[in-house]
Amino acid sequence: MPTFEVNDHKYEVDEDGFLQEPGIWNETVASDFATTEGVTDLTEAHWKVIHYLRNYYLQFGIAPMIRKVCKETGFKLNEIYQLFPSGPAKGACKLAGLPKPTGCV
Amino acid sequence: MAEQNGKSKTKLLDELEKGPWPSFVREIKKTSDVSPTCDDLLGQLELSYEERKGHWKHGGIVGVMGYGGGVIGRYSDVPEQFPKVAHFHTMRVNQPSGWFYTSDALRTLCGIWERHGSGLTNMHGSTGDIVFLGTKTDELEPTFAELTKAGFDLGGSGSCVRTPSACVGPARCEHACYDTLKLCNDLTHAYQDELHRPPFPYKFKFKCAGCPNDCVAAVARADLSIIGIWKDEIQQDDAAVAEYAAKGLDIQKNVCEQCPSKCMNWDGKKLTIENKDCVRCMHCINAMPKALRPGKERGAAILIGSKAPIVQGALLSSVLIPFVPEAELMETLKELVSRIWEFWDEYGKNRERVGELIQRVGMANFLDAIGLDPAPEMVTAPRDNPYIFFREEAAK
Ligand code: SF4
Ligand code: SF4
Repeated sequence: MPTFEVNDHKYEVDEDGFLQEPGIWNETVASDFATTEGVTDLTEAHWKVIHYLRNYYLQFGIAPMIRKVCKETGFKLNEIYQLFPSGPAKGACKLAGLPKPTGCV
Repeated sequence: MAEQNGKSKTKLLDELEKGPWPSFVREIKKTSDVSPTCDDLLGQLELSYEERKGHWKHGGIVGVMGYGGGVIGRYSDVPEQFPKVAHFHTMRVNQPSGWFYTSDALRTLCGIWERHGSGLTNMHGSTGDIVFLGTKTDELEPTFAELTKAGFDLGGSGSCVRTPSACVGPARCEHACYDTLKLCNDLTHAYQDELHRPPFPYKFKFKCAGCPNDCVAAVARADLSIIGIWKDEIQQDDAAVAEYAAKGLDIQKNVCEQCPSKCMNWDGKKLTIENKDCVRCMHCINAMPKALRPGKERGAAILIGSKAPIVQGALLSSVLIPFVPEAELMETLKELVSRIWEFWDEYGKNRERVGELIQRVGMANFLDAIGLDPAPEMVTAPRDNPYIFFREEAAK
């Protein structure tokens, strides 16, 4: 199992760098993972998306569909990409400690 | 798996080299001199054949900054055995309209991929993209940087507008009823956001075919098919018809009797077409291309809803707009597509193609939602798909 080390923290992750144990997530985890996804500063806007994803995941056990993310957070899709350059699935979900979203590619 | 002189033994795969047809095994072996990943790739596939079990893990998420698609993550589940294919990500590259390349462009593409990936390509994937097979996560950004520098861009993957594709159209084909290459290029540029940043419940494909021969299989594969068609009469050159007859073409048997709407008549001297009954199948034009050509009033029919048989069964397209003049195509499509997407976005379930949504809610409701009036052309055959009730006055 690969590990990801940053700021003296060590996390078990999958090949794509997603947290293996979603249960251990806290805000420090988000800041630690931000470094890998091209996010330098976590602003209020970032947290809004992260917390929304986190709460949705805790409630339903999956990641929300993208149009729900936009609707509920009030951000347009391109604004989400400005916040998380690697995108909502790879970037935002990773910072929110969700397991890797599945879907057809 | 046994090794011989450093090369893997691939007993089962070797079977696929036999016979006169093209063989991907042969092609990959040929590349193995220049690309070290090939042996492990074949080795893993041989193992899969032995065990009757795939060894690629499902659903990796990798990509390049700014884009939500274009790269498909793939990892081996036996990386210790085949370390060179531990990562084997696929990159999709947006192909040029109609797949026209200069040899220089092809060399550039191959050069980039030999530097950054396995060197193996698939020209082209079923959506139409140039497919770069096999690279590591670290190589994605450098590949992307080189591609964009050379004037290429990634294609679509995931729940987005997939890379639009078009038949060669007017560049090489006399049947083309509109400029497929231009429309494909215009669509690609108009929907860059939707192509690179997946916004939808599932994928959405555009395909542009210049005539009903449909060389891009739009009617079977595209969520929105734009198929060239003419509104007036088939252009007919009687002298050329006579020439075909003189050269031995049995016009009665091979043309008239094959016409699906039986609207042609050949009296041994003169061919008559009852154009109002013609269903634009292209048969007679294909049989006598020098004598018959599509009419002069040209444009395209817009069809909706086909898909290949994954997740649920396959669907063919249904006619949405029977005829749009070429000059109005892009404008019409933009308006139509925005209405379709709005409805699909609102009511589509996760991983539901637009055609499946239409089946679920009914065509009549769908037409109502996007503000289109039903037209008789939407009916495949009388009493076949009676989802629309015409009032008696309207049917006349
Ligand atoms: S679809 Fe029609 S126009 Fe396009 S290449 Fe085929 S025959 Fe020609
Ligand atoms: S295009 Fe097809 S339907 Fe029309 S006249 Fe020719 S064969 Fe008949």
